[in-house]
Amino acid sequence: MKLDFEHQQSAHCENGVTRSLLNNIGVNQITEPLAFGIGAGLFYIYVPLLKINNGPVIAFRPMPGLIFKRTCRALGIEVVRKKFSSKEKAASVLDECLAEGHPVGCQVGVYFLTYFPKEYRFHFNAHNLIVYGHEGDQYLISDPVMENTTSLTAYELDRVRFAKGTLSPRGQLYYPATAVTVTHETIKKAIVTGIKRNAADMLQPIVPFVGVKGIRFTGRKIKKWRDKLGPKQAGLYLAQLVRMQEEIGTGGGGFRYIYGAFLQEAHVYHPNNELIEISKMFTASGDLWRTAAVQAAGIYKGRLGSQEDFDVMGNYLLEIAEIEYKAFTALKNIKWQ
Amino acid sequence: MKKEDIPQDLSALGKITREVVYATDNAGNYTTELSKGWDVKITALNTAWEDIEERIETAKQKVLNNEASPLLYFMEKALMDIKLVADYTGFWGWQVKKHMKPAAYKKLTEKQLQRYAEIFNVSVDELNKLETHEA
Repeated sequence: MKLDFEHQQSAHCENGVTRSLLNNIGVNQITEPLAFGIGAGLFYIYVPLLKINNGPVIAFRPMPGLIFKRTCRALGIEVVRKKFSSKEKAASVLDECLAEGHPVGCQVGVYFLTYFPKEYRFHFNAHNLIVYGHEGDQYLISDPVMENTTSLTAYELDRVRFAKGTLSPRGQLYYPATAVTVTHETIKKAIVTGIKRNAADMLQPIVPFVGVKGIRFTGRKIKKWRDKLGPKQAGLYLAQLVRMQEEIGTGGGGFRYIYGAFLQEAHVYHPNNELIEISKMFTASGDLWRTAAVQAAGIYKGRLGSQEDFDVMGNYLLEIAEIEYKAFTALKNIKWQ
Repeated sequence: MKKEDIPQDLSALGKITREVVYATDNAGNYTTELSKGWDVKITALNTAWEDIEERIETAKQKVLNNEASPLLYFMEKALMDIKLVADYTGFWGWQVKKHMKPAAYKKLTEKQLQRYAEIFNVSVDELNKLETHEA
């Protein structure tokens, strides 16, 4: 059985799942940037003391599931979300959803995801994909980061849905419950909600390692990495930062560009020229994230490595924090009509 | 980033799928383009893998010197840590830690070995002999 469903590729998995599931129930106005912006997808956290893959824990995105949840809620769409303790139950509920005609979003782990190249298969549990049918032993998969659709056997799908470790998905599946008509006004309002929430998240004044403060915190830390960790370990830490920043499904520079695109699309709904100007600031910030990544690469490739090189790297992050502080403050202060 | 500046350095992922990238056109409007990869990302990934290969090799030597059980080698090979192995097998962390020692490993029953073998995608025989293959 194959549901009527159109595969669309996106830059970020959860944006893509959100857009495709919404388009599928007839909400065609929602693009990837709109899903990202309304869902307040831009985030930053450096989790101190914890380690992942023997390196620092840095995330450029909110908890998995939030973009979908926030976007649906802002558009007045009810969401069905289920977690399971048993694989059998998780499999049978998935089959029931498909039988009822719902393509289903699933949170999965990447490690056992057979269609990904081996080099990318780490124990990372915040990936999202859509199951849109079942043929023989194959489940039909629309993975938004892939150009084309793919498939997984029941066993393979079980395995990725029940990946273990940090943020284990526990078979989690989700879909919009009912089709509703989303008006121009609703989207207008949803955009404002999303921007306000994102500005509040990134400008939060309390936790030193979250949001714009978190980017500054990281910048200052990087300058100390060389002395504290030694050149080799410091290089590995930077490589980890770049992977968290630019790798598929996550994103530092890439996310700024999506946010910039979101603000341009928001301008269509709210013809306020400030949005266009602030969009340019996010483009500048994204460019700088990429410049920082190039600097980091110089270090982990061994071409650079002096304390000065680490200072330059740290200063890029401080500069980025400054741009984003200004951009989000400007967004916070917009007088919406 | 301008559309024409999007890097096209072929990565391992690029052989399977290209990625969507947002960038601006000449008028400054955002649009999307597909990218085959970016050298900076490729080397970041390579750096991570070199480190992993080193850890695997160290683990292998330990097993061959009888300082650790084959589980240590397979754990590193699977990019796991004690907690993750415990989560997947259903053993407690302290049990997994104990089984990493050759003496405790030898006392494991066939059934217990099977639990380890399954998460590492090998047979019990291969587990004992340090044989791996791709998942």
